[in-house]
Amino acid sequence: MSDVSEAQPPGPLGFPDPGPARFSSVPEVRERLAATGYLADEGIAGVVHLADRLAKPVLVEGPAGTGKTELAKAVARATSSRLIRLQCYEGLDESKALYEWNYKKQLLRIQAQRVVEQDGDGAAPRDLEPSSWHDLEDDIFSEEFLLARPLLEAIRATDPVVLLVDEVDRVELETEALLLEVLSEYQVSIPELGTVRAERVPLVFLTSNNTRELSEALKRRCLYLHLDYPTLEREREIVKTRVPAISDELADQVARIVRSLRTMELKKYPSVSETLDWARTLVVLGVESIDAEQAKSTLHVLLKYRSDLERAAKELSAEEPSKGR
Amino acid sequence: MLDVLTGFVGELRQAGLPVSLTESLDAAEALHHVPLEDREALKYALGATLVKSSAHWKAFETAFEVYFSMRGPQFEIDDGVATDQALEPDRQQGAGAPSGGGGGEPLSDEELAEMLYRALLAANDAQVAALARQAVSRYAGMEPGRPVGGTYYLYRTLRNLDLDRLLDRMLAAVRSDAPEGHLTALEERLARDELSERLDRLRKEIEDEIRRRLVADRGTEALARSLRKPLPEDIDFMHATRDELTALRRAIHPLTRKLAVRLARKRRHGRKGPLDFRSTMRHSLSTGGVPVDPKFRYPRPARPEIFVIADVSGSVAAFARFTLHLVYAISSQFSKVRSFVFIDGIDEVTRFFEGVDDVGEAVHRINTEADVVWVDGHSDYGHALGVFWERWGEEITSRTSVLLLGDARNNYHASQAWVLSEIRHRARHVYWLNPEPHSYWGSGDSIVGEYAVYCDEVFECRNLRQLEQFVSELA
Repeated sequence: MSDVSEAQPPGPLGFPDPGPARFSSVPEVRERLAATGYLADEGIAGVVHLADRLAKPVLVEGPAGTGKTELAKAVARATSSRLIRLQCYEGLDESKALYEWNYKKQLLRIQAQRVVEQDGDGAAPRDLEPSSWHDLEDDIFSEEFLLARPLLEAIRATDPVVLLVDEVDRVELETEALLLEVLSEYQVSIPELGTVRAERVPLVFLTSNNTRELSEALKRRCLYLHLDYPTLEREREIVKTRVPAISDELADQVARIVRSLRTMELKKYPSVSETLDWARTLVVLGVESIDAEQAKSTLHVLLKYRSDLERAAKELSAEEPSKGR
Repeated sequence: MLDVLTGFVGELRQAGLPVSLTESLDAAEALHHVPLEDREALKYALGATLVKSSAHWKAFETAFEVYFSMRGPQFEIDDGVATDQALEPDRQQGAGAPSGGGGGEPLSDEELAEMLYRALLAANDAQVAALARQAVSRYAGMEPGRPVGGTYYLYRTLRNLDLDRLLDRMLAAVRSDAPEGHLTALEERLARDELSERLDRLRKEIEDEIRRRLVADRGTEALARSLRKPLPEDIDFMHATRDELTALRRAIHPLTRKLAVRLARKRRHGRKGPLDFRSTMRHSLSTGGVPVDPKFRYPRPARPEIFVIADVSGSVAAFARFTLHLVYAISSQFSKVRSFVFIDGIDEVTRFFEGVDDVGEAVHRINTEADVVWVDGHSDYGHALGVFWERWGEEITSRTSVLLLGDARNNYHASQAWVLSEIRHRARHVYWLNPEPHSYWGSGDSIVGEYAVYCDEVFECRNLRQLEQFVSELA
């Protein structure tokens, strides 16, 4: 941590300066996301707007297949930024997430130095003099020998970028700490080189499937967005946007059946992506309007557990639903 | 605004949400960037900065409604007689609205019901909201300063509206609109779900209205205190309402998944075993025979065998169900799980769980099929334990952990605590989980103290949080 003291002057509100606004208002966020094919509701658009204004990362949590990763991609498209993606997995470490020294190149550099010295006075190789050693050290720990990994790359980028840290709940609790400096200060400290600070604060999205609690420290630094299954109306619109070949009537039926499925007690509820798959299946099969038989024979696109399938088939064809209000 | 915000944050903390100082600073900052008159935007801004877990969203919503319900022109309270503007046009053409005289007169009960029916059928949200307000002012009978809770008013309003009949009527209407005069089973089901959801929205609208009026009457803080509800992981098993039980059931599935992931991880990482000489030598070949990178054996901790003995009599049934659910969901962490349930008779129920991929279903079958009544269907721990020892006692080995679930309220039967002492001699551990608060133990016919001397430990296990903690330590 060489030069924390000269941290950027805080903005007028005591926050890091977020730079020029990417979006001017919440409705604009919605419009521009919609133009890229992502239908945001009030909450999503509001949080994206805030993330831009407050220069804070967004932690997106929710069931699988509700469009968490898609949101980051859509924002990147809408702001015409480059998307830098860090896919998390167990065992992710500093050298894969932040940076690594290109030690092969460093070795080459040292050997090249020796060759130069040999050629210089024709003597046998000998130990380096202290001063040239110092030069060499400065030399091999320079930017030239640095391999930037996603986090550093996002910080150093001069063009607009969106950083996506995908499935952050997969890394171990200790590894989360790697992210903290990047997320709150938008800087990376490299002991040999000093601190690299972002020239332009990137928009950061973290996604989590909620397989474990994230640490308080991480949550504290983020805005929180819970992406749940969409409402009937929004789901219908999503189906229509993403599967343009579908008729209005069929889209409506699809959305309504999926909504009904989500009120049942199932092990896993159908996700938005599965809804879309189902809609595509129906279009391909040339279905105009769904009846119970067709629904039953294509349900396996939506539901992935045998017990769920049986229950859904039973409930959808039962005259009186078994569960009372 | 700042005062409201600090009060609001205080309330959230009171409700059990961990809101840190930086988070409330973020919230204050966020307020600069949203139009304050837009209530939804305000809500999302505060939610994104203050609430960091989806389980807490509900508590946040309640607090938000209380704190910010009074701040907005459309939420002004109108009193009964003055009919809402939104209602006027419809009223003129409404079936049997003969008043004709400019709308000064109040609606009759039948008119109100009729209009509600039409508005719901047409999914006209604004009108439903207006009618909900009307209904509250008419039926709830709210008087200032009356010390009753919101649920009482809610009950009164809903009783007068008779939503079940409304649902049937709407279904009938949808049915007669159908092209062939009747609906297929699928369409019927969809229509029913659709209408039920609209009714739910109406119910919520009414609740909101009642809450707004209560805030006006009693002030924000007093009401927030009385509306505070426990978070799902803090719901008491023994006193959960039906809705809360549903919430618990929904919460338990993700919880078990989380637990399984964590336990599997714990097994793989962390402790290292002794040096694995063979592997080290093998890997040293790549460094010319110099053992640079020592390899260690993976520890293979013994997987315990679990015997669950659960009281499933009425008072503690919910608790037993959740515990069984949780234990079986992570059964891959144990070498064997066997379960027994009793009231005054005892029965082994392991077979229900074999080859079933839906634990919930299996737990449900236990309730209906297990043979657990011996004489009168009142808990008799003594007899149940006696029979257990006779029939299955031999099968307990030194690798077995025995879990007993129950409140040990024995209806003054003999305790037969000697059985536990025998079990303890054979088993590795004996734990007792009691869903009652610690302070009730040993009162009345509770004899948990008599059993406790033979247990390794007795745990108070009143909610999911405590249960999860115990199970994760067990594995």
